[in-house]
Amino acid sequence: MVKVLFFAHLRQQLGTDKIHLENFVGTITKLRDTLCTEHPQWLAYLGGDSIRVAVNQEVVDDTSLITAGDEVAFFPPVTGG
Amino acid sequence: MDWIEVCTAPFSVAVEYASLQAANSADGACALFVGSVRDFNAGNDVEALTLEHYPGMTEKSLQHIVIDARKRWPLGRVKLIHRVGRMQVNDEIVFVGVTSAHRKAAFSACQYIMDRLKTEAPLWKQERVRLANGNSEEHWVKARDSDTRELEKWA
Repeated sequence: MVKVLFFAHLRQQLGTDKIHLENFVGTITKLRDTLCTEHPQWLAYLGGDSIRVAVNQEVVDDTSLITAGDEVAFFPPVTGG
Repeated sequence: MDWIEVCTAPFSVAVEYASLQAANSADGACALFVGSVRDFNAGNDVEALTLEHYPGMTEKSLQHIVIDARKRWPLGRVKLIHRVGRMQVNDEIVFVGVTSAHRKAAFSACQYIMDRLKTEAPLWKQERVRLANGNSEEHWVKARDSDTRELEKWA
């Protein structure tokens, strides 16, 4: 099972802070496609290239491979400090 | 020695400075940076600020930044504190303290750590602003291109 987290305004736009996917294996690109197919209204928010992604709390790019047990997070550009 | 902390409670600059200097006779230089909540941002009257973060990854991200700072400069002690949660105007949000034998490393590392933090650490600010009609609304602070450009000098 893969846990997918959403933060900040992306969380508000999608209407959820996390979802779980059973039996997902593939790249981040495939994950985005899968989520937007299941939730077409998410494409406007999750499809943008300003959205960053982390796997197991390390920043990655869309070619990264995800497997069972991974924690994926999508978030907008950061504004700490 | 590194101290990296993400917390809700306010910190005391005096206490943190003292801990960087205590029994530290090797280092003659100590550089500090403190970031606070401003009352005016992008034309808006700020009433309060909320800092959201990604628990676990925030700490990891700050650790990576400090490790990289140590690869570039000979540093003594490094202390990095970032508050999260609800804050008021004038509250202190972030503390960076760096010691080194001489001033160049301390000054440079302090600025480097802040420049990296501003573009990498998973934290997001939400401001409550007072509108012209007297009502309040919450909005997310936008990331700035200028913060990304500041990184160029460290390339």
